[in-house]
Amino acid sequence: MNALGSVETSENRQTEINSHNIGEKKYGGNTRSLLRKRFRIGEFLVEKFITVVALISFVMIILIFVFVFREASPIFLSKEQDASMVIEEEQETYGEIDGTLRVTTSGKSSLETSGGEGKGTLKNLIGTTWQPISEQPKYGLLPLIVGSFKVTIVAVLFATPIALLAALFTAMFAPKWAKEVLKPSIEILAGFPSVVIGFFALIVMATVFQNFFGFEYRLNAFLGGIALSLAVIPIIFTVTEDSLSRVPKVLTEASFALGATKWQTAIFVVFPAATPGIFAAILLGIGRAFGETMIVMMATGNAAIFSVNFFEPVRTMSATIGAEMAEVIFGDTHYNILFLIGSILFIFTFTLNAIAEVFIRQRLMKRFQGL
Amino acid sequence: MTRKILIGNSVIGISAMSALIIVLAVLIIMVDIVVGGWSTLSWEFLIGEPKEGMTEGGIFPAIFGTFLLVIIMSIAGLPVGTITAIYLSEYASQQSILPRIIRFAVNTLAGVPAIVFGLFGLGFFIQFVGNGLDKLFTGGIELKWGQPNILWASMTMALLTLPVVIVSVEEAIRAIPREQREASLALGATKWQTIWKVVLPHSFTGILTGGILAVSRGAGEVAPILFTGAAYFLPKLPNSLSDQFMELGYHIYIMSTQSPDVEATRGIQYATTLVLLLLTFTLNFSAIFLRYKIRKTSTL
Amino acid sequence: MEKDYPKIQTVGLSLFYGTKQALHNVSIKIPSHHVTALIGPSGCGKSTFLRSLNRMNDLIEDVRIEGKVEIDQIDIYNGSIDVVELRKKVGMIFQKSNPFPKSIYDNVAYGPRINGIKDKRILDDIVERSLRRAALWDEVKDDLKKSGLALSGGQQQRLCIARALAVDPEILLMDEPASALDPIATSKIEELIYELKENYTIVIVTHNMQQAARVSDFTAFFYLGELIEFDETKRLFTSPAKKQTEDYITGRFG
Repeated sequence: MNALGSVETSENRQTEINSHNIGEKKYGGNTRSLLRKRFRIGEFLVEKFITVVALISFVMIILIFVFVFREASPIFLSKEQDASMVIEEEQETYGEIDGTLRVTTSGKSSLETSGGEGKGTLKNLIGTTWQPISEQPKYGLLPLIVGSFKVTIVAVLFATPIALLAALFTAMFAPKWAKEVLKPSIEILAGFPSVVIGFFALIVMATVFQNFFGFEYRLNAFLGGIALSLAVIPIIFTVTEDSLSRVPKVLTEASFALGATKWQTAIFVVFPAATPGIFAAILLGIGRAFGETMIVMMATGNAAIFSVNFFEPVRTMSATIGAEMAEVIFGDTHYNILFLIGSILFIFTFTLNAIAEVFIRQRLMKRFQGL
Repeated sequence: MTRKILIGNSVIGISAMSALIIVLAVLIIMVDIVVGGWSTLSWEFLIGEPKEGMTEGGIFPAIFGTFLLVIIMSIAGLPVGTITAIYLSEYASQQSILPRIIRFAVNTLAGVPAIVFGLFGLGFFIQFVGNGLDKLFTGGIELKWGQPNILWASMTMALLTLPVVIVSVEEAIRAIPREQREASLALGATKWQTIWKVVLPHSFTGILTGGILAVSRGAGEVAPILFTGAAYFLPKLPNSLSDQFMELGYHIYIMSTQSPDVEATRGIQYATTLVLLLLTFTLNFSAIFLRYKIRKTSTL
Repeated sequence: MEKDYPKIQTVGLSLFYGTKQALHNVSIKIPSHHVTALIGPSGCGKSTFLRSLNRMNDLIEDVRIEGKVEIDQIDIYNGSIDVVELRKKVGMIFQKSNPFPKSIYDNVAYGPRINGIKDKRILDDIVERSLRRAALWDEVKDDLKKSGLALSGGQQQRLCIARALAVDPEILLMDEPASALDPIATSKIEELIYELKENYTIVIVTHNMQQAARVSDFTAFFYLGELIEFDETKRLFTSPAKKQTEDYITGRFG
């Protein structure tokens, strides 16, 4: 409750500052009793209740940290792993619930063979082979990490120029009717469920791309990245447009007054002034691309191949969790490693978001300082 | 001089082209899904059950499951989100550390990948809370809550959509003119009386908007429910919180990637996608409309 | 009803917004059952001063106060004072009329209701009495269910006055109550103020010197956060003691 105790309303503070006045008063009788400070229990309880409820967001972030890492931790503490195995083995396996309906038959064999072998040692983790379901499970994370980066790079490289330029167009050049078409389009795009984008990529884009570019594999990192860019564009666009429109009028007017044209002002004044915001936009876009699951699960082919070829199928970290988690045994090494992958995703996106926030705030600070 | 004009025109041209690409992409996706799903979409499809190993029939269980999911999610998430927004806009003083922590937490929550929420739902709600409940009630013999079900899926989704609610409600509350609060306080109303009688009635539309946006988001996300409660196929509708459920987005994913004969069910896949799209569209547009109304009244 | 002590008295009142000082050492004695006008150029601190009399400034973060504000000889910034009760005793009318988006009836009944009055007959009675006192009853008695926002600007302001009267205050603080109104509505408000002073102590901020001269018994002239001069209105306007006051009322600045 210490944390709660430190919250004080401005009223409380005010009275403390003036409390030195007590004692030198000659009170008028009636009014004095009327104005005497009352303790309103309802008011007090409501405030405490609201504060406690507001803390839920914070508590949940802590819990996400704790629980995602907790389930990943046995990998690093092999002694505890054995201990936890004993406890967890009593539990029913989750994979069996719909295991019979799964197309992947290998999933079932893993239920029988797994049971402690194939430790998630560090050496195993930095391997280049991801083969969690086999006699000798291999948990090399490198193909998954490379896969995530490949897809993210394609997505961000494709989304950034389009989103930035479209935002510039909206903020600087677009006539009113064009804005009225573009802005709802962006909202619609942002509102597409990712499974819809994934479906479209899987059914339509994959075929079109293969026919057009002559890809060997129908589903591949490039396709997944392009599909992913559809989810990234709204984020980059929105944050960029926001920071472009916050560039102080003084700057643009000064530029116009010096005889600069609209495009010169846009490129040489507005864009540089909005740099922190744009940078934040790109970081947020990377975070979104890196963590997105459904689109990549449906459009990348999901083969854990360790290569630099962008036109081969890949399996990203998020897709690995999404595809395999439903088929593992609770407490198994494979289970722990999927949580480890989740922890990496979490830390990575958390860091990106935190940096982005610093950039956005800096921009706000500058605004408050009068620029 | 002509070179300058040329550069200028190409800058404007390229940026307009980028905008056009976005609009076209949106159009193409919408047209493709409407065209692909229209012929299969029918009343029977909406209220029918899957038949013949899901190669025929309708998607009613998935629609039902989706609605159930977002309703339970809203019951859990909307009050918490609204109260957090009230705290941030009414009770928190700008200097103190607690609101800053909460704001940071909300921002962080908004950036956590959906799949990590799924992991958290599995690790916390199912393994920790659910198993804990089972141990408490049945000594761990019977597995009731310690497995994926609609309650834990909804709670996971509530957490994912919490920032959406908070941001939207806070925006609505901040749009209330200061004079309204001052009028109430000057009449000797307490802070809570002012919030209850002036602030909350004013922000009703905002809360509604937040709820709709959250529902739209929740109906569209699949990753968090992949292993917290969604089922491939269920013969019956869920009738308890500890049952699993079918869901539209998950159904699309399963049908288009895991079904034995993907080509044969193309029509069902498209029509299901169309239904999901129509659902999220309706929700989003009503939210946009309400938000527009709030902004209009706040400038009065 | 004349009492032997001032209704409101400030002693060395200074107010700071963060590090910026908005009021400098203001000492004043405002008499009971009279209208006291606060005049001065904009930004002179008169509104800030007014808002410190019912502690509305508390709502702004980073406000610090030194000195004393006494109402009925009680320091209202004393730690044992209940701000909520204080504001019931000290009503306030704002520059911009701010009725709630509720019916006329609900607007006036708002105060009594938060005080726990639920009886419909008592509420009806209070609403009618308050509207009568605010000289609005005859205009609205037939459509009390109508939204307060549907009224004209002048009516809205009188509705706000009725709303403030319904909680039975002793003091009414008015922050340029007629600044947004046309001359006819303004004169109605001024008439009302004249009538109200029989039962209430009124402090009114105005940027309009003619208004101050018309409605007030006493006038205080503020300049740059300082109280320059305080006197009977007649005397202050005819023979001001300070050069700055004279400059202001003769229109040489501000």
